Amino acid sequence: MKDINLDIKAYLDADEKKDLLRLLTAGSVDDGKSTLIGRLLFDSKKLYEDQLQALERDSKRVGNAGSGQIDYALLLDGLKAEREEGITIDVAYRYFSTNARKFIIADTPGHEQYTRNMITGGSTANLAIILVDARTGVITQTRRHTFLVSLLGIKHVVLAVNKMDLVDFSRDVFDKISHEYLSLTDQLNIDDVTCIPLSALEGDNVVEKSDRTPWYHGTSLLQYLETVPIDKDRNMHDFRFPVQYVLRPNLDFRGFCGKVASGTIRKGDEIVALPSMKRSHVKSIVTYEGELDCAFCPQSVTITLEDEIDISRGEMIVRPDNMPHIGRRFETMLVWMDEEPMDRNKQFFLKHNTNTTRATIDSILYKVDVNTMERLEGTDFQLNEIGCVHFTTAKTLFFDPYHDNKATGAFILIDPITNNTSAVGMILTPLEHEDAAQEDIPTIDLGKLGIGEEHYDAIEKAVRSLSAQGLEIKIIR
Amino acid sequence: MAEYKLSHLQELEAESIHIIREVAAEFENPVMLYSIGKDSSVMVRLAEKAFAPGKVPFPLMHIDSKWKFREMIEFRDSYAKEHGWNLIVESNMEAFNAGVGPFTHGSKVHTDLMKTKALLDALNKYKFDAAFGGARRDEEKSRAKERIFSFRDKFNQWDPKNQRPELWDIYNSRVHKGESIRVFPLSNWTELDIWQYIRLENIPIVPLYFAKERPCVEIDGNIIMADDDRLPKELVPKIHNRMVRFRTLGCWPLTGAVESTASTIEEIVEEMMTTTKSERTTRVIDFDQEASMEQKKREGYF
Repeated sequence: MKDINLDIKAYLDADEKKDLLRLLTAGSVDDGKSTLIGRLLFDSKKLYEDQLQALERDSKRVGNAGSGQIDYALLLDGLKAEREEGITIDVAYRYFSTNARKFIIADTPGHEQYTRNMITGGSTANLAIILVDARTGVITQTRRHTFLVSLLGIKHVVLAVNKMDLVDFSRDVFDKISHEYLSLTDQLNIDDVTCIPLSALEGDNVVEKSDRTPWYHGTSLLQYLETVPIDKDRNMHDFRFPVQYVLRPNLDFRGFCGKVASGTIRKGDEIVALPSMKRSHVKSIVTYEGELDCAFCPQSVTITLEDEIDISRGEMIVRPDNMPHIGRRFETMLVWMDEEPMDRNKQFFLKHNTNTTRATIDSILYKVDVNTMERLEGTDFQLNEIGCVHFTTAKTLFFDPYHDNKATGAFILIDPITNNTSAVGMILTPLEHEDAAQEDIPTIDLGKLGIGEEHYDAIEKAVRSLSAQGLEIKIIR
Repeated sequence: MAEYKLSHLQELEAESIHIIREVAAEFENPVMLYSIGKDSSVMVRLAEKAFAPGKVPFPLMHIDSKWKFREMIEFRDSYAKEHGWNLIVESNMEAFNAGVGPFTHGSKVHTDLMKTKALLDALNKYKFDAAFGGARRDEEKSRAKERIFSFRDKFNQWDPKNQRPELWDIYNSRVHKGESIRVFPLSNWTELDIWQYIRLENIPIVPLYFAKERPCVEIDGNIIMADDDRLPKELVPKIHNRMVRFRTLGCWPLTGAVESTASTIEEIVEEMMTTTKSERTTRVIDFDQEASMEQKKREGYF
């Protein structure tokens, strides 16, 4: 008993230090996707039991007869049953871990609404596994998946050439498919692409390297997932801190809560608040555990400043020598996610970071055929359509191109009547303002009105409910 | 650059705090639902973290089915008091006074009235527009596909076929009057993550999670602890002391214990890793209907 306890403690101590990889799997059931996921979930479990030998012994004694023979089809069956019931699963999340890492898989089954599903599942992914059948190679669906992966800016792509057992583990077949795929990813500016020949059904190159592919010198899929470096994927250069919540527990403390969207900040660093352009220095970085010297993306922290500057939710703290674009017009890629087609005359709500504003679509430049990546003309968007549009917002946004900074380049578009998330966008570039005049947002300066501070919260709440109806009023406390 | 690296738990913590703050900022009247279980305990600590050094700007609400383990109620009251929480406790008193309970009415009627209806009545009574729950996606199949911000219509119903797309960390919190959002800040945590976090952060949990000799009877193959004198009389002679612990906590007649000697978190984790039964198999209510949990979620239960 004692021995096992020691091992468990060592296991937990090691587990605590693991990092997290979020991945997307794209491909259909026919490509063997569920079998592959099933194998990863199951075989990775076996891995940690291998390491904890004492534990393995114990698990045999307890006698869980099924554990040696988990049917990968079980996962498949779960999904099948739901399909038969007519329930659409757009994205289901699955979790597993190995000795090296924790993994979250966003699994997006179904063909019909593939674009919407894949975009939803892939938005937070570090990595995408694209499955192809070795017998058919790169097909239209592969091109579509890969285009969406590039649109989402997923940094690492694995082309899993599955069912190699059905082509006699032929090197020529694999080389041909890889070659064709790499020319596609070149075109789409995806930098890190790894092609792996495997058989999900028979386990070749999934967890262990297979001796049936002696000509393949790369790693197995799982070895790759465990070792691909992801800590450089985040933007650690451009400090952006969208203020999420203002904390005032007493008159002496005014803290700005938020998640560091990108970059790093240290105690004492000079900052500038947007849009007021007022400057100050970081007085402290506060957390529940105490103060930090430094905060970085994606930590959730609370920042206090040396000077009393008024900053509200939706505004942003940045460094004076590294500013985002500040403006109300931009060009963006847009993916339509709503069953209801786009109505160009509608004013939408646009949520960008912690900032929500009214927005209108000025013009549609082109639409993209997701299968051929050709540009098409278009006047509106239907479900699953993707294109390039120009937007104007009522409030000023602080943004970066999505390509440089996902956290400050992404937004969602909300239908003001149904409240549905109608579309999502990835900003390409800022645009000149057609009229320089900034739309005036009425301001209430509570200090100047001589209202007692005890009423501030109630007033702010009332004003917030107005803004929910689209009436923007700025409050200065 | 090693200093700019987060472990998976630190990353999950940051994500959860961001979710909790987003709700506090965007909703008028949020509430945190508190089941007194281990996941709730973690969620409550994350809320305390999100607003430190300030107070959490929303109340904690427990739906008391009147059949919870006594140790749960003691734990709830002392935790809320020590940590300065505004605690709301609501029950379906009408049904309780009419004598509704699991032994007399069965698990389905009891759960419908004392849990689901009590919850819906309480949400309507206070007009909460957002309610946090401690559910995790790795817990159960229907949860694996649910959003972090999960929309509920005027009747508190979830429509799995019609969920709002949810991308990046941008959450759509817009609802019409009467509609609401259920928010699951622990969506991406696994059971092991929860235990690991409790261990690292020294989060207090109800002692029922740890093995101890307890008076138990066997009912339909489940080990049920005789927690108070409402156990049917014919079962009383069958009470035996057994070394057991609980993997989940709920109403005592509906929550099966497991035989165990695990009295530390390390031992619990060890047990967890060597057993194939998933966490919720000790819950009687999940099995009272086909596709039980999904059905309950559609009706408004978490």
